[in-house]
Amino acid sequence: MSLISWGMYPKIKNQKFSLRDRASLSEYMSNTNECIPFGNGRSYGDSAINEHIVYVKPYNNFLNFDENTGILTCQAGVLLSEILDSFVPRGWFLKVTPGTKLITVGGAIASDVHGKNHHIEGCFSECVEEFSIMLEDGTIKAVKKGDGLFLATCGGMGLTGVILEAKVSLKKINSKFINQTTIKTKNLKETFEAFENNKQLPYSVAWIDCLAKDENIGKCLLMVGDFADDGNLEYKSKKKLSIPFNFPSFALNTLSVKAFNWLYYAKAPDGISKQKVDIDTFFYPLDAIGNWNRIYGKNGFTQYQFILPKENSFEGLQEILGEISASGKGSFLAVLKLYGKENKNYLSFPIEGYSLALDFKIEDGLFELLDKLDEIVVKYSGRIYLTKDVRVSKETFEQGYPQIDKFREFRKENNMDSKFNSLQSKRVEI
Amino acid sequence: MSYVLIIGAKSDIAKEVARTYAKNGYNLYLAARESSSLEDLKQDIEVRSGVHVELKEFDITAYETHENFYSELGEKPLGAIVVSGYMVEQKLAQKDWNESLQTINVNYTGAVSILNIIANDFERERRGFIVGVSSVAGDRGRKANYIYGSSKAAFTTYLGGLRNRLYESGVNVLTVKPGFVNTKMTENLDLPEKLTAEPQDVANDIYNAQQKGRNVLYTKSIWVLVMLIIKHIPEFMFKKMSI
Repeated sequence: MSLISWGMYPKIKNQKFSLRDRASLSEYMSNTNECIPFGNGRSYGDSAINEHIVYVKPYNNFLNFDENTGILTCQAGVLLSEILDSFVPRGWFLKVTPGTKLITVGGAIASDVHGKNHHIEGCFSECVEEFSIMLEDGTIKAVKKGDGLFLATCGGMGLTGVILEAKVSLKKINSKFINQTTIKTKNLKETFEAFENNKQLPYSVAWIDCLAKDENIGKCLLMVGDFADDGNLEYKSKKKLSIPFNFPSFALNTLSVKAFNWLYYAKAPDGISKQKVDIDTFFYPLDAIGNWNRIYGKNGFTQYQFILPKENSFEGLQEILGEISASGKGSFLAVLKLYGKENKNYLSFPIEGYSLALDFKIEDGLFELLDKLDEIVVKYSGRIYLTKDVRVSKETFEQGYPQIDKFREFRKENNMDSKFNSLQSKRVEI
Repeated sequence: MSYVLIIGAKSDIAKEVARTYAKNGYNLYLAARESSSLEDLKQDIEVRSGVHVELKEFDITAYETHENFYSELGEKPLGAIVVSGYMVEQKLAQKDWNESLQTINVNYTGAVSILNIIANDFERERRGFIVGVSSVAGDRGRKANYIYGSSKAAFTTYLGGLRNRLYESGVNVLTVKPGFVNTKMTENLDLPEKLTAEPQDVANDIYNAQQKGRNVLYTKSIWVLVMLIIKHIPEFMFKKMSI
């Protein structure tokens, strides 16, 4: 059985080593030329794919929780969903969470994930107090905030070693509900204004209709909100539906995406409306459908996520959305988000500005379109998110990440580049 | 809250079963050989769920110790789940009698020994539940693993009889027949993805089926169909096949 990524592309044969204890990992590493850590397989592209994989998910014990500080110590294979199952009923939530809770703590660090509150709380690394990591020679290092190894590992895509344990600080909540406000906008200008007017609220995210044309480009539903304060913490993960098999590849086309978007936008009332929604609905809408990646068919799909600096965001997004809408290649999911200040980690994705994430099924002509979008991203000094990527060129990638040489040197100095590699790291030569 | 006793607590399935019952508020007795190696799991479950976990030294093939083991449990458990299992490669079991014997002793004889004791107690008290993790491999003898399979077949039959006997006293017996599960035991096998379950899913299935008082659980459920077909292939054809 080969491990594949969430995008189901590319598929290559691989051998996995399941991480259960430190001693056998160290032995495995000394007998293996090259490997890459793999969490729960929710990275879209090839960042955790190689012929030899260290499967970290079985390494998933909780080790300690400090009720006073809210700091949880756990092994790297623990899923964020497991943290929520245990701690939401006790009044704690993740300070930073991405749009799926089905990722491991190790993966969250390696991707330095961000959430709907990046403009306030920053990336996942902000709430990591320290972690331990096994390096290429089998030694284990305890890493504190600010260490070189911290800066390289958070966002470092597993290319510095195998993260073993981490101390993650949680935040206090007093409800499993979010008071959500939904704002319907007509175009990108209105969308930007709505974001700016609501940026004092911790959580915000917009769904863009990326097939809208001309004056409607950038029309969206913006959801903003914060936790309620009603003392109801009876949280239980919802039972999920599951897509049982890969949909035939013709199932998803411009028409079906149009229909979906039409239904989705038609459902929301005009202007501003308020709802009270639970954690799963607000943060993890897609987790409710298991294996939703199968709707894109067996050839797989990719997510294209880029970010543009704030001063270029409006112009850049206009141009990119125009290009996509003209291509007719649709995306159910087009998520626009506002970001706050960037951090010091060498390869973390966020910079202050706006990012857009789009899903595309893999088909003829797609990579050509994405190459075109890359040019626009580079033109506006933006960058591509490695966790979602499966095809970006070395040149495009390099232009977005000014600290890339620092990262490369760090890997070389510490012999990491000979041991930890993925298909992605080879493609973009990091 | 009541205790659940998990026999053979070191396996990957047992670990997830333990977490699932703890998540639902049960305290746990985790029984296994060298139970001190379960300290991490005990710690994990206590941090996760805040329940009480006790580690118990237990050897399923040391039958003479079973009576004592059970009588020394402070509070008698509300339920017992037998997850112990021993799987050896068929070819090795054919050649090495000790491997065959170990398979039979862990999967059948030892399970019968401890469950006889537990069943008598539950019957007397007219309460409790028993879960036995058997295998789809017990549904039909196949050349690929009939020594393991026959030990599980015997266990399945035992559980069926036990269910029949305990029905009147209100004690439910659940027979679990997992197919392929992604565990340490199957780490080096090339398993078909669609038929392979994750231990967490198996644990959830077990918990839900037990709570509903079901009798037999195939997990994944697709195995009902797979085994239905395999069981109905006529013997004169089956013996020529390699499945």
